[in-house]
Amino acid sequence: MTPMEHVRPGSAENLLPRYSHGERLTHWAVAIAYVALFLSGLAMFHPFFYWTSALFGGGAFMRLVHPIVGAGFAVLFYAYALRLVRDNRLVPGDRRWLAAMFGYMNKRGEAVPVEGKYNAGQKLMYWSMIVVVAVLLVTGLLMWRPYFAPAVPLVLRRVANVVHAVMAFVMFVGIGIHVYAAYWTKGSMRAMTRGTVTRAWARAHHPGWYATFGRKDGP
Amino acid sequence: MAIQSLDVVRSSASMSTPPRVRAEETVDLAKLIDVSKCIGCKACQAACLEWNDVRDEVGTCAGSYDNPRDLTDKSWTVMRFYEEELPGRGLQWLIVKDGCLHCEDPGCLRACPAPGAIVQYANGIVDFQQEYCIGCGYCQTGCPFNIPRFSNVDQKAYKCTLCSDRVAVGLEPACVKTCPTQALSFGSKRDMLDLADERVRELKERGFEQASTYDPAGVGGTHVVYVLPHGDPALYRLPAKPEISPLVAFWRGGVAKALGVIAMASVVVGGIFHYMKVGPLEVDEHDDGRRP
Repeated sequence: MTPMEHVRPGSAENLLPRYSHGERLTHWAVAIAYVALFLSGLAMFHPFFYWTSALFGGGAFMRLVHPIVGAGFAVLFYAYALRLVRDNRLVPGDRRWLAAMFGYMNKRGEAVPVEGKYNAGQKLMYWSMIVVVAVLLVTGLLMWRPYFAPAVPLVLRRVANVVHAVMAFVMFVGIGIHVYAAYWTKGSMRAMTRGTVTRAWARAHHPGWYATFGRKDGP
Repeated sequence: MAIQSLDVVRSSASMSTPPRVRAEETVDLAKLIDVSKCIGCKACQAACLEWNDVRDEVGTCAGSYDNPRDLTDKSWTVMRFYEEELPGRGLQWLIVKDGCLHCEDPGCLRACPAPGAIVQYANGIVDFQQEYCIGCGYCQTGCPFNIPRFSNVDQKAYKCTLCSDRVAVGLEPACVKTCPTQALSFGSKRDMLDLADERVRELKERGFEQASTYDPAGVGGTHVVYVLPHGDPALYRLPAKPEISPLVAFWRGGVAKALGVIAMASVVVGGIFHYMKVGPLEVDEHDDGRRP
């Protein structure tokens, strides 16, 4: 009988730290800002959703707030992303994971073991968000009245308008997948809400990362 | 809207059809600007400020007669002075009264995201309703003529109203009323085009072979029409073939809006359906990791 067999799931000995206080708080600050940006942006995209402007005290104030929140979002997002960059470097094994991804999503076939803290799907999401947020930030600055827009040629502002809208939808799809994946993979949510995951969860989803616990170069 | 108008035929960012009980009965109106008769006195500029009860900053001289140098949130019309060397004619002083052209297909209205902030009346006048303006600047990107200007006091967009308040009670716009050389005329669009044709014919007889009327078709025609004695719009810094930018048309068009909504809906529906079919991905918490 090994000591492990006496450990109940959820008891302290059974938990592994995955996100620090700082990481969790930054993540949720980014998430709150994203929701505000999404709701206010949506009102300006389609009149069907203009009612969301009421959540911001009307259209004029919403328009004022959106770029300010956006700038704050970008700062927090990159501060957060910087902490995660080391664990999101792509490795050759990621290709194998992606090849088997649809089987994994449908719970068919053998899952390819994940080497690091993140699987290839998470890494691709990470890098696509790095790009999408950069494009949203730049195009957003170009159309920010009254600070930047007056100095920007109208042609460039038109391009910025379109690209900003397209990227906002790319981001919505990305965030949608991110949120759903966290809900779908049971045991993931507590990593971001409480900072820890169970040993069984880590072993199943991130065996490479799990193996680093107890090692000298561990997390 | 402080005073409701039943003459609105189009309203920005609106999901419902605007009231148009009188729309079928209303005559298309237009202002005619005959550049060949304009002496650049700026009485129209003064009348505009006076009727609309605004006073612009006293500007500085930029080496030409242009003052203010550009349209502003207060100066909704500005005389622009251009010096052009034309072959066979020598130096020409071209004076263009700049301001909103009141497009039949207004790019500003199409781009505007605020419901009812830009309306078009049945008589063709395109009017900003500052009460609903949110200050985003989309009207500027939508406009092919670079007309709307924002106030840095209230962050709302302003432009020529074609004196919609005067026109509504049967008066001509203040600029037309005050023009001392009758370079400005106002009436039904058909009458204004007839007048323009007549004037172009006269100018051609007098040797201005290139004289033409400026009523650009790319924006469905305009409710401010120019007579250009030298013809070429570029001489007067007017776009030769103005149209709503394809970028703006796509971005504010039904296809893009539909695609956006479909993208969002598919994420939500896709997520729900995936969960219902595949079920959650769970791990056995009692599995200690050792193979049996």
